[in-house]
Amino acid sequence: MHFTMQRIVPFMRDRKRWTAFTALVMLLGVAWTGASMVSDAEISSAGIAIPQEGFLAPDFELDTLDGAAVSLTALRGRVVVVNLWASWCPPCRAEMPALQALYEEFAAQDLVVLGVNMTYQDSAAEAIAFAGELGLTFPISFDRSGEVARSYGMRALPSTYFVDPGGVIRRVIIGGPLNEATLRSIVMDLLEEAQ
Amino acid sequence: MLPIVNLGPLALPLPGLLLIGGVWLATLTIDREAGRRQLSANPLNNLVFIGLIGGILGARLGYVLRHIDAYVNVLPDVFSLNTSTMSLGDGLLAGSIAALIYAQRRDLPLWTTLDAFTPSLALFSIFVGFSHLASGDAYGAPTSLPWALQLWGAARHPSQVYEIAAALLLFCIVSRLKLVAPFPGFLFLTFIAASAAGRVFLEAFRGDSEIVFGGVRSVQLLGLTVLLLGLFGLHLLAKDARTMKAES
Repeated sequence: MHFTMQRIVPFMRDRKRWTAFTALVMLLGVAWTGASMVSDAEISSAGIAIPQEGFLAPDFELDTLDGAAVSLTALRGRVVVVNLWASWCPPCRAEMPALQALYEEFAAQDLVVLGVNMTYQDSAAEAIAFAGELGLTFPISFDRSGEVARSYGMRALPSTYFVDPGGVIRRVIIGGPLNEATLRSIVMDLLEEAQ
Repeated sequence: MLPIVNLGPLALPLPGLLLIGGVWLATLTIDREAGRRQLSANPLNNLVFIGLIGGILGARLGYVLRHIDAYVNVLPDVFSLNTSTMSLGDGLLAGSIAALIYAQRRDLPLWTTLDAFTPSLALFSIFVGFSHLASGDAYGAPTSLPWALQLWGAARHPSQVYEIAAALLLFCIVSRLKLVAPFPGFLFLTFIAASAAGRVFLEAFRGDSEIVFGGVRSVQLLGLTVLLLGLFGLHLLAKDARTMKAES
């Protein structure tokens, strides 16, 4: 090793030889960069629906508190905040006022806030009572079978997914409570981009 | 992929824990490296601490300033423990500036100090790889190779494993080179140039590259630039080392 070092320093100092070495390395690097070029379409994960940033948000269809059905694909073209929650989960309860404020502020700008109650491990009655208590007016849907929990690989509550108008998940935040500014900053970025 | 470890009532985010563990282990190696270079360990540890604090504050401040409209009415929200409202680039910049100011005030020799940090950086890189493996970030492009990893809806290059392997290899090289480094800055710049070369090579197997100029992976352009600067820097320092020797 010492022997190699004794030779490498003169090599580094030698402008001609080091320039030649640098040129060779750069040439290889540029050639490799050229060889590994891809089109945007090849790199995009479009078409794959998984609960991961950069991929399509898995679709679901659920009934809501006001009796109507809601499906995620029907909301394409709008920014959607999907919030998985349960009434027994303290951080979920804590962030609800921030979600309500977000909804009130941006509903006119085509933002959808969609609460998905984990009804299969909660109860619809509790969820309805809780929504009434806090005066929540954004749509609350019921995952009675655990379908959404499964397709979203739900690991912790709350889990919040920010979906862009193309149906692609742009941000995932596992855990909470999220404060108003966090929600607003992410949503404002997405709304601005959508314009 | 194991992004969350459930420990009783606690949901622990494994990728974050791996990064914190990496920082901790990396700082442990600083003391030994300082001794090897006749530097006092205290200022180096302070430098890391100041860099980290500056980085964290800068990352949040940068994010808030970039999203000032979102914060105007809810200013206390600036003080949130949520790591998603941090701007990585601003954090790196602020951390570097804070560390640089401290290093100048304490008259730390630039290249020797950077050399002393190099084994820590190499060690930390391994943890970054494992953190990516745990979170599934930095994922690979789809492939039909036999060692493909089933991840995010496709059989993909195990890019995180490549990353760990490259980091381990580089750590071994740094561990050997640090014993025989011929001049200050050699270890650091060699590590930087080799890391850049590794990124240029491995980026080709990534499935999440940012594309610029209709097909070029932006990280490769950045990597090539850093590689060129590293090689040029090595030449300049090698020439300086000779001059210094001749003068003494």
